[in-house]
Amino acid sequence: MNMPQNLGRAPRRILVPGITALALGLALSACGASNEGSSSGKSAETLDGAGSSAQESAMDAWRSAFQKDNSNVTVNYDPSGSGAGIEKFNAGGIDFAASDSALNADKGEIDAAKKRCGADAIEVPNYVSPIAVLYNVQGVKDLQLSAKTIAQIFDGKITKWNDAAIAAENKGAKLPSTTISPVHRSDESGTTDNFTDYLEQASEGAWSHPADKVWPIQSGEAANGTSGVVAAVGQGDGSIGYADLSQAGDLSSVKIKAGSAYVAPSAAGAAKAMEASPVEDGRPESDIAIKVDRKSTEAGAYPLLLASYLVACPTYDDAKTADNVKGFLSYVVSTEGQQAGADNAGSAPLPASLQEKAAKIVDTISSKG
Amino acid sequence: MSSTVTRTRSPRRLGDLVFSGAAFGASLTILVALAGVAIFLIIQGIPALGAEPSDLNGKPNLLAYTAPLVFGTLWAALIAIVIATPLAIGVALAVSHYAPKRLASPLGYLVDLLAAVPSVVYGLWGIGFLGPRLVPPYEWLDQHLGWLPFFAGPASTTGRTILTAAIVLAIMILPIITAISREIFSQTPRLNEEAALALGATRWEMIRLSVLPYARSGIVSAVMLGLGRAMGETMAVAMVLSASGVVTFNLISATNPSTIAANIALSFADATGLKVNALVATGLVLFVITFVVNFAARAIVSRADRSVSR
Repeated sequence: MNMPQNLGRAPRRILVPGITALALGLALSACGASNEGSSSGKSAETLDGAGSSAQESAMDAWRSAFQKDNSNVTVNYDPSGSGAGIEKFNAGGIDFAASDSALNADKGEIDAAKKRCGADAIEVPNYVSPIAVLYNVQGVKDLQLSAKTIAQIFDGKITKWNDAAIAAENKGAKLPSTTISPVHRSDESGTTDNFTDYLEQASEGAWSHPADKVWPIQSGEAANGTSGVVAAVGQGDGSIGYADLSQAGDLSSVKIKAGSAYVAPSAAGAAKAMEASPVEDGRPESDIAIKVDRKSTEAGAYPLLLASYLVACPTYDDAKTADNVKGFLSYVVSTEGQQAGADNAGSAPLPASLQEKAAKIVDTISSKG
Repeated sequence: MSSTVTRTRSPRRLGDLVFSGAAFGASLTILVALAGVAIFLIIQGIPALGAEPSDLNGKPNLLAYTAPLVFGTLWAALIAIVIATPLAIGVALAVSHYAPKRLASPLGYLVDLLAAVPSVVYGLWGIGFLGPRLVPPYEWLDQHLGWLPFFAGPASTTGRTILTAAIVLAIMILPIITAISREIFSQTPRLNEEAALALGATRWEMIRLSVLPYARSGIVSAVMLGLGRAMGETMAVAMVLSASGVVTFNLISATNPSTIAANIALSFADATGLKVNALVATGLVLFVITFVVNFAARAIVSRADRSVSR
């Protein structure tokens, strides 16, 4: 009786520690493997980018179109956020970055990019998208508001939909006495940055906070991401929020006052406002940053827009990477590329003058030596 | 007899050596991982002491930045615990003592299943289902109990308040508290229970006299574990809560305190430079708070165990 029992046990005596050792070994080797992955996985024929999440759907369109024509190249894009993209680019981890705000000289981003590239980095606008002010008020259509009124609403100064300031801009509209519930982004975002910039510049002093990626006031409803804001506005009667026009869905958007007329958000209007805006001066030659004129009075211009940029190096160590970056960026800022972005993401194609400038700068990308 | 013989004859078999080595190695891995996390948090967090207001959402220093988040973390977790504890103990008692056996084990499995639902799903549920349905109750509370600071309003129009987030959290920690309490309730010495019943106690009196005193330390440690989970929960809170970073006891308005974990999740993507360090520093604070809670739980349990064994 003793013998068979021992025989039965013997395999297990080896099996259990064996499995444990195996599991431990696997776990350790998995650790090792995941560490290696980032360095060894990068061959000459992949192009790595990261940054703006606003550009994600346009970037998808560009990547697939570019890869169709260049089947040996894989373009990776990680929409981890503008800040993270710039940081990774400056650290040398990726080949190009996309950012919702131009490189900031005060934060040392221009210098850091220069250090990474060994020369002034390339920065061109590649994505322009109108931001809509969305609202959900029962029985109200065709709402028109000036930047001043919008600022007062988001600042909590105007709290009812039938406020005199709103009524004055919407003669004949039947405004309910519903409480206004302003919705903002709870995460950091370029959309917030551009919206607060618009309020600061255009509201005639009604908005006292500087432009920032973080919503500056501690009141109102906060929602995570563009989809969160759209959902929150859609759910709450009396809500008003801001989001990329292409994501607005069925919600109505406010016609904002530009000059003396009220303009509905549209890609064409955003492109017009972009064209009328001056280039920021005091920047390197290869760097186009647009100072969007939020007070634009140009007919049909919609000044509440988000301009997003591509950041790359003028030279790369190896010729293949240089060619690929140049090829991809040239495609993105080309007329076809811009149209592909507009078709897929509802963005506004770059105005011709800017597009030409951007293409010229991208064309200078080359390899060292 | 035979076992002592084998032990003396071959003190070290190969299998023994391999297994003890592997097991010991596994336990060391835990220590290394924990120490690694702590060291990372400290090294990355320290530079945040010199962070400028521009890196801290305009707050003058790291303390002013972290304090409202700590408040929000503790506040949300506390409400969740207040909701979940009675519910969990009720469910655990029902499973261990009240429900007929055929109903009890499926009920137990169902509660355990709650733990298998991903937190993103809870988040979606909170935004899309629970929040909107809580709007009318919140409006009622605002109108009738508005004099209480908790219900000062104005009521949120989407229902994405800290109370909604706490209810979602309560459901998420329910399985932890229930599972541990249930185990302990069912371990109550049979003799104690029968003695109480023999003295003429009703079933509720029996539970009060013999089960609950025996299980007290277990309940406390279960609640502490739940508290730890509630404080660290990230995704569901980030999605459900309309967080503005204020300090308020108002439960039903659209403007709510944020929690450390949710704030990190929401701010990290676009953070650069010292802002990242500041976020890591808040992570360190959360790490420390969770540790303190867990140690407190251990201390309570071990003290109570000693008094029970005496």
